Amino acid sequence: MDAVTTEIVLTVNGRERRLSVDTRTSLLDLLREHLDLVGAKKGCDHGQCGACTVLIDGRRANACLALAVAHQGAAVTTVEGLGEGSGLHPLQQAFIEHDAFQCGYCTPGQLCSAVAALAEARAGWPSAVTQDVGHGEVVLDEAEIRERMSGNICRCGAYPGIVGAVAEQAR
Amino acid sequence: MRPFAYERAADPDGAIAALGRGTPAARYLGGGTNLVDLMRLGVEEPELLVDVTRLPHGEIEALGDGGVRIGAAVRNSDCAADPAVRERFPVLAQALLAGASGQLRNQATVGGNLLQRTRCTYFQDVTKPCNKREPGSGCPAREGDHRNLAVLGHSEACVATHPSDMAVALVALGAHVHVRGRRGERIVPMPGLHRLPGDEPERDTVLTHGELVTAVEVPALPWAGRSRYRKVRDRASYAFAVVSVAAALDLDEATGTVRQARIALGGVAHVPWRATAAEAHLRGVPATEESFATAAEAELLVAEPLRDNAFKVPLAHNLIVRTLLDLVNA
Repeated sequence: MDAVTTEIVLTVNGRERRLSVDTRTSLLDLLREHLDLVGAKKGCDHGQCGACTVLIDGRRANACLALAVAHQGAAVTTVEGLGEGSGLHPLQQAFIEHDAFQCGYCTPGQLCSAVAALAEARAGWPSAVTQDVGHGEVVLDEAEIRERMSGNICRCGAYPGIVGAVAEQAR
Repeated sequence: MRPFAYERAADPDGAIAALGRGTPAARYLGGGTNLVDLMRLGVEEPELLVDVTRLPHGEIEALGDGGVRIGAAVRNSDCAADPAVRERFPVLAQALLAGASGQLRNQATVGGNLLQRTRCTYFQDVTKPCNKREPGSGCPAREGDHRNLAVLGHSEACVATHPSDMAVALVALGAHVHVRGRRGERIVPMPGLHRLPGDEPERDTVLTHGELVTAVEVPALPWAGRSRYRKVRDRASYAFAVVSVAAALDLDEATGTVRQARIALGGVAHVPWRATAAEAHLRGVPATEESFATAAEAELLVAEPLRDNAFKVPLAHNLIVRTLLDLVNA
């Protein structure tokens, strides 16, 4: 079977993009190879490391496992689109202040994931360490932050700084 | 990855018809968190994907009788966050939250979660024999790396485990899986959706090619408020279960006795394992550690651990006892 190409329209960081892609193209490859948005990283390409995390319609997702063709019409936000204009998102500033990275490779994924994790907590979503899933509001203590951010691996081990930055934004 | 055609059907019957026009390798596409990975690994090579995420199966309905009906396209995260699921079936919300990561739960669907494939390393490695991937090619896991594989119900052909956390809770809760095919609808009870490997390990479930999961109904269980999911894994989070347990306890608090219990085990078999022997032992007994230990023992009598996974048997035993004790004190 020959390669199958298809037309898709996506909104990426607020801008409408019309592309012709091979059905095999992941959202990650579309962003990096077709749109030159190289913030989202290809770490494992198997949904195990979180370096490719972006927001799809406001929700965090692994762009490596998302087929671009299946996301026709979606609004995608990458790390390049987190801040207002050329300014940093408050969480990006917090990452700098808390020394939340060393090599920086996982950082774009950490940032997108954390922005969504904060929103999930505000919406009252429980986690695996929430004592009573049936009731109560979510308090983002260290255990909650670590659990909610467990889909993002940092091989430099900058976790204490990441937790600190997210905790600051949760307050 | 092999090239493939992509279709998005307007309604369930359109999806079923579209898949029917493909070869037996054609697949429905849900969140893709397992399927796309398997395609990248060369384990799955569909020439056609039929996207079912936009079918009208995206709602959770809190039923008047105390049950819930969960559309097959509902994302795992939305199911775990649903107020009715959390209040009526805490074990189900906890099982969902114990699985994967926040990102993956946002993508993965309930239907896809049920139908995900084993994470046995030989199954996922196309350079190795595997009876599940390539019937008749052999099973290197039996003599090889099987630390995390089955201790119950395995066969000469296959020692794989089912990887889902959610399905363990659904088996404990006796869920009904609504399935639609070319000849109409049918309801498949859990346990009963997944099958033991026997000499056909290539068949994970009783579904036939082209049948589409449309919804999962969890019947009312008034005492399921006292339920929980407990999972042991090799790291604190974001890992598959070594062993897990889903349990619910109907406790007569006045007399301190168990009226009835529901127990299912994960990480131990080719299916989410309903612990019927343990449940039978728990009817009408004092809610004590001794009773729970006797029940766990009864269940695990039939365990047949492999060379490197015998530790799972006492682990499962302790997990059952501890979870039931937690439920007494809940």
